[in-house]
Amino acid sequence: MSTTFNRYFGELRKTRIWRSVFRGGTGQSTLRNSMAIQQNVFLHLLPTKVRTRMIDFNATWYLGTLTLGTFGILVITGILLMLYYHPSAPQAYADTKDLQFVVSSGQFLRNLHRWSAHAMVFLVFAHMFRVFYRGAYRPPREFNWVIGVILLLVTLLLSYTGYLLPWDQLAFWAITVGSNIASAVPIMGDKVRFLMLGGHFVNANALLRFYVLHCMILPLAALFFIAIHFWRIRKDGGLYTRHSEPDAVMTTAPAERPL
Amino acid sequence: MTNEKTPDSKASPKSFVAAVASDARKSPVRVAFVTRRTSAQVQAYDEPKLQSFPEVLFRVAIAIEVLAIILVLISLFFNAPLEGLADASHTPNPAKAPWYFLGLQELLHYFPPVVAGVLVPTLVVLALIVIPYFNINVEADGLFTKDRDKRLRIFWAVSVTFCVFLLVFDVIVALVPTLITVALMAYAATATPKSSSKFRRSLAAKPLSFWIMSWFLFELAVLTTVGTLFRGPGWSWVLPWRS
Repeated sequence: MSTTFNRYFGELRKTRIWRSVFRGGTGQSTLRNSMAIQQNVFLHLLPTKVRTRMIDFNATWYLGTLTLGTFGILVITGILLMLYYHPSAPQAYADTKDLQFVVSSGQFLRNLHRWSAHAMVFLVFAHMFRVFYRGAYRPPREFNWVIGVILLLVTLLLSYTGYLLPWDQLAFWAITVGSNIASAVPIMGDKVRFLMLGGHFVNANALLRFYVLHCMILPLAALFFIAIHFWRIRKDGGLYTRHSEPDAVMTTAPAERPL
Repeated sequence: MTNEKTPDSKASPKSFVAAVASDARKSPVRVAFVTRRTSAQVQAYDEPKLQSFPEVLFRVAIAIEVLAIILVLISLFFNAPLEGLADASHTPNPAKAPWYFLGLQELLHYFPPVVAGVLVPTLVVLALIVIPYFNINVEADGLFTKDRDKRLRIFWAVSVTFCVFLLVFDVIVALVPTLITVALMAYAATATPKSSSKFRRSLAAKPLSFWIMSWFLFELAVLTTVGTLFRGPGWSWVLPWRS
């Protein structure tokens, strides 16, 4: 099965069209496999090699990978949802109803978007605590930890701005509760809330602002920081392995080192 | 990496150990001079690695596919909630924020908004950002292994003050995880790295950052759960299986 796949995939990589698109070219050699990563504008953010023991499920639980997966699902389902949605009150609510009852698979699309969003928030938290307990924030990875905290905030904001968009009671009052907290900021609290909502209450202006933030500004911010986050993994020496610091490297052989 | 200057050496080659140092403060740049007719023997521990393409990317694809299948199954069987049209004149009771903010909303029940809504989240974010910049978090020695008496005194002073503070504001929900954490830390203080049981040895080795983060995680989980499941009209205590 896998050899058949490899043969056909190998043939595909030899074709002129494939080679014109992917600069890595053909072949299974270490050099060619490395080039497949290095010569690709997206993949070159990743390291060309990964320590074998870090592939083990127990090493990372793949939490970062899964978070990226939820982000991908959210981008795809989100774009499809945008095709059926007008960010105006009360049309937004009617569009959401249409998604549930009129649009083919609309209910499924909306379900997938919503549950993936909850999963992403949960996975980002899980990823953060896992990284902390492994001690993977240690130098030289300090700044990547900070980028991770920024991504946590961006994720929370993405989820929060998306929460308003169905324009139902649940959405309206959740955002009202949240925006009331913003007005507790000392001195400029009411100004902060006005900036956030485009008014003194959650209204059509707030819906439009949240829509622009949710569909444009925050996803771009997330992409920007995700790119740096991945690139820094490579630049900071790959996935963190405990006792990979110089002293430990010199005193113990690889096989004896714990994960 | 050191090498004594040996002008006419016929002895066996010098041994070197090559390693990539990541901490510039601990490992300043070192230059090794290999003199003529001395062959340097470099021992580098190069642990086994896999090519990202295709081995690692293949695993990443499988992990994301499994995730997608699980999410698709959930989406097929559970519908996203949708209530009536937004109505500013009709306030639901209770009005709840999204689940990941319900820990904060629970705190809002006890403290003024400027504390629970502004001060606490700001401090949490700042605390998270500065974690890797404090050497005490990077070195990670057991909390009570050094300066034991002094640290125990500080630990009890801080713990008792904080618990009294929570009691005064009647924050029982936050007090319970705090008391459990304090009890575990006090138990850890009685253990040493040479204790007989493995559990006690591991407790003794836990650094301060571990205790603070675990306490934070514990509080986050308890407050979020209580806010999500155990709060009803007027933010009163309800049991989820009774409603």
